[in-house]
Amino acid sequence: MSTSFVRGLKCRLCGKTYPQQPLNFCTEDFGPLEVEYDYPALGRTVNRRIIESRPRTMWRYRELLPVDGEPTVGRQVGGTPLIRADRLAEELGVETLWIKNDAVNFPTLSFKDRVVAVALSKAREFGFKTVGCASTGNLANSVAANAAAAGMEAYILVPADLERTKILGTSVFGPKLVLVRGTYDEVNRLCSQIALKFQMGLVNVNLRPFYAEGSKSVGFEIAEDLGWRIPRHVVVPMAGGSLIGKIYKAFQELKMLGLVDDAVCSMHGAQATGCNPISDAVKNGRERHRPVRRPNTICKSLAIGDPADGYFAAKLIRETGGWAEDVSDDEISEAIYLLGRTEGIFAETAGGVTVAVARKLIEQGKLPRDEEIVLCITGNGLKTQDAVAGEVEEPLVIEPRLEAFEPLLREPVLAS
Amino acid sequence: MPIRVYIPSPLRDQTQGQTTVHVQGASVKDALDHLCQQFPELKARLFDGGGEVKPFLNVYLNNEDIRYLDNLATAIKDGDELSIIPAVAGG
Repeated sequence: MSTSFVRGLKCRLCGKTYPQQPLNFCTEDFGPLEVEYDYPALGRTVNRRIIESRPRTMWRYRELLPVDGEPTVGRQVGGTPLIRADRLAEELGVETLWIKNDAVNFPTLSFKDRVVAVALSKAREFGFKTVGCASTGNLANSVAANAAAAGMEAYILVPADLERTKILGTSVFGPKLVLVRGTYDEVNRLCSQIALKFQMGLVNVNLRPFYAEGSKSVGFEIAEDLGWRIPRHVVVPMAGGSLIGKIYKAFQELKMLGLVDDAVCSMHGAQATGCNPISDAVKNGRERHRPVRRPNTICKSLAIGDPADGYFAAKLIRETGGWAEDVSDDEISEAIYLLGRTEGIFAETAGGVTVAVARKLIEQGKLPRDEEIVLCITGNGLKTQDAVAGEVEEPLVIEPRLEAFEPLLREPVLAS
Repeated sequence: MPIRVYIPSPLRDQTQGQTTVHVQGASVKDALDHLCQQFPELKARLFDGGGEVKPFLNVYLNNEDIRYLDNLATAIKDGDELSIIPAVAGG
């Protein structure tokens, strides 16, 4: 018997409904499909006590995720720390700042483990033996690792110019890794064609409606860790533009189910200037983003020129009173270092984008200094170390003698 | 030599199952109009009320997204290939 609260899939444009199946678009108008839940039944079943009694993984919110019964892939994913970032707050000149740190998500150190856990559990339910994805790197790592652990065959397609660490960090899990000569959007198009032709579970193509729901767990965890409360502002990096919407959806679902009292939250989006279709749409009042043919930024993980959820992300930002900004490569590197030396968190380039955009929005007054802010750090800096190579202080080299060390002390330290 | 249009599987119910259809025309718009003349029910599936390609559908001319070219006005020549591909993917 099904233990899922999923009713089916629904087109976000025309509202046409579909039974659960591996399908990402409405066959009438090609709009994106979204998972529909039986909220009244959920309201009778889910409460804080049940959630709090479960292990600290994303699956403590399992009724709100589209998996039938127990997840079979990624059972340990999620439960990452929400950190009170007072030292960074002081640098940025704000009162209350938190960091949701998915740089330490398990197993591959990015928020993508959440979406992959749902997508591959779903792939199993649908009977797929072969899975895959189009990726800018983090997703490649995650699909490869989780598929390996689940004993599934994986085809991973990435742009050929991806960072070497992300390539090696994928290959080590033994998938069929394919480097495509082209942009991410070209890789993505190829994957759409593959999904239409072959019986494969591509996590962000035909499994996309289920996959994307996994991101809601970021929002659930933020709210629970704040003591079942929604923060006033959240800053989220945007690539395809899905995560920002799912965090907001999570907040609204918690409100609907009576798990939080209020869900007033302004959503703010962060992009790199070298690939800024969504922030450009927000800043210039365009309903639809203008795609970027050739993204050019050190932040490859956000380098999606034609984001599938760009329209919805820009709309959400406008409707919640948030804003979007974009930052240069130098600002990204500088912000990675700032986060590292104030909070001891090493974020990848997307984290640099988020911190740098937050600083910009604070300076612009879009993020009020006296209101609570959460920054979403979505990936680990060990994957993009080159990005800070020119930023950090050069290490000192000395002979192994005390006299050589003593002059290096920055401030007087008492001798014992 | 005519222009070939690749039809994705969700639209093949309107092309009697054909994967590719041969059309004529001097622009992408001409070619798609000719396609819709052959299969009239396709028109409402491909275009919105303003005559633009639907927002979640992409059209490629020889692998390049027509939005990076001259959109529907992009000139085409015999032997070119057009592909229609659903756009909601990735990220």
